[in-house]
Amino acid sequence: MIGDLLTAAVRVATPLALAAIGETVVERGGVINLGIEGAMLAGAFGAAVGAGAAGTGAGVAAALLAGVATAAIFAAIAIGVRADQIITGTAVTLGTTGLTGVIARRVFGDGGAGLSLPTLAKVRIPGLSNIPLIGEPFFNQSSLTYFTYLVIPLAGWLIFRTRYGLELRAAGESPQAAAAVGVRVGRVQTVAILLGGAMAGLAGASLVLAQVGTFTERMTGGRGFIAIAIVVLGRQRPGPVAAAALLFGGATALQYVVQASGSGVPYQLWIALPYLLALAVVARRRPGRN
Amino acid sequence: MTAPRSQSAGPGILEAVLAFGVGLLLLAAFLAVAGFDVGASLAALWRGAFGSWYAISSATLVRATPLIILGLAFTIASKGGALNIGMEGQFALGAIAATWAGLHVAALPPYFAIPMVLGAGAIAGAAWMLLPVALRLRFGVTEVISTLLLNFVADAAVSYAVTGPLQEPSHIYPQSGPIALSAQLPKLVSGARMHLGLPIALLLALLVGLLFWKSRWGFRLRAVGAGATAAKVTGGIAASGVLATALLWSGALAGLGGAVEVSGVSYALYQNLSPGYGFTAIAVALLGRLQPLGVVIAGLLFGALEAGAGAMQRDAGVPAVAVQVVEAVVILTLVVLTRRQERAL
Repeated sequence: MIGDLLTAAVRVATPLALAAIGETVVERGGVINLGIEGAMLAGAFGAAVGAGAAGTGAGVAAALLAGVATAAIFAAIAIGVRADQIITGTAVTLGTTGLTGVIARRVFGDGGAGLSLPTLAKVRIPGLSNIPLIGEPFFNQSSLTYFTYLVIPLAGWLIFRTRYGLELRAAGESPQAAAAVGVRVGRVQTVAILLGGAMAGLAGASLVLAQVGTFTERMTGGRGFIAIAIVVLGRQRPGPVAAAALLFGGATALQYVVQASGSGVPYQLWIALPYLLALAVVARRRPGRN
Repeated sequence: MTAPRSQSAGPGILEAVLAFGVGLLLLAAFLAVAGFDVGASLAALWRGAFGSWYAISSATLVRATPLIILGLAFTIASKGGALNIGMEGQFALGAIAATWAGLHVAALPPYFAIPMVLGAGAIAGAAWMLLPVALRLRFGVTEVISTLLLNFVADAAVSYAVTGPLQEPSHIYPQSGPIALSAQLPKLVSGARMHLGLPIALLLALLVGLLFWKSRWGFRLRAVGAGATAAKVTGGIAASGVLATALLWSGALAGLGGAVEVSGVSYALYQNLSPGYGFTAIAVALLGRLQPLGVVIAGLLFGALEAGAGAMQRDAGVPAVAVQVVEAVVILTLVVLTRRQERAL
């Protein structure tokens, strides 16, 4: 029972964690990209098309490209012309919803939901998957989940241990000061945005190929926005961000259980809980940051 | 007092027309590339929006009503330098409160019942904004994050309402029972779906315009929006108070939008009552140059677009979400044009 719950939590958390870790890099550079909701949707669509045409590998690759392409539009406008990031990100998400919805109708026909795709098989890690309680949930998952485990330390290394990370954080904390010491702020931020787009695209891939198994219009349903909340909750640190993603995944998985068990507490409270938690956490953050 | 920044003035009329044109052009190009019959699609779009008196009075103007009200909501917050990304949530809360009120006013005559229902929506929308306001003033948390997060909480609240306290009496469907007859906004013309919400929206635009340009508060709002520090130093204006008021009014208007939708169109609470009006209205406000009259015109245009999208889906098989491409292109074109102007100064 707890094992099943945890398994579902990890599966649901995977796309959230991928997108949120990408967005962590973006936000470290002083940019907030509400377009990752769109990038994730584009990734989901790319995954469905790619996997349908040439298998799961092609699906993952197409998802990555679609995410990067979506992020490139955001970068061109928000960094290239320095337009308002929030408005640009919102528009990118709106546009991607429209584009994917229309093309999906064309590619998959009216049926849409009936579409059957090859999906990513679960890969059992010998040894680790035998650990009591956590072995099965954490180490019998799709390859994209294991990729997420790898990305957590990698992102930390990128942000805190590389020259690029230093420039990125400098750009995020004080663009003027960073520019004064020779950091090309726009370029550093653009790289972060494209990286964030790639991660959001992979998030879309894991949603389609490891969780839902099909593409439907607007299927991300706000998961990209949730990823932004997760970044807040994890205070822009890859480890805590991943943990926050697991918390959201757990809350989502818990809904199904609670819904089934018929306890007195309305299950919608569980749906709302992570968002309320995120709000509580932002409130505790040191004032004056924004 | 210096002139307000061009950000708050918004783009000119020429830019707005250009952006809308570019949006439609790209939609046509995109439909062609995607392999749809462009002529038939655009013809259906036009038919659904303006093709008949019925299309205008029962689709376009009905869709335009919430877009105008929400566009005004976004405008008020923007004038004060804040971004209300949570209109979807305030709209939902307004709809919940209006439904609740509408189920309880059966004994009252319409001229009491309707103001109570609409008032309940506005109060709920403003109340939903209290937390973002508190977070911004007390902790410096940007309203962008807090209002965005609260959209999801509002969604859960609607889901709870329609399966719990407000569920219809038979407890089968996830929706509320119908609100009292006396709580329903009257139709403007018989045989057409447009309702009293439209003149209400127009009146609100007028009031917001007067507020901006004729009142002391409007002056302060514009000053704070143009630069909070400058307003404080040179004008002795308490920026935080003005900003809080602007956000609360923005929430109230968005809540009222939800109430008008329940009271004028749906007569009951459903999940996903808004097909993304809260986000479309951002495009409306920007296209309307953050001016009340502009918002009305842009609201009518996007109302037409949304109405036409329905027809396009029925008659040409193009999913209705296609119009979101137009909305996105309009927004992006406008922000790019505005930025270019600013840099040229």
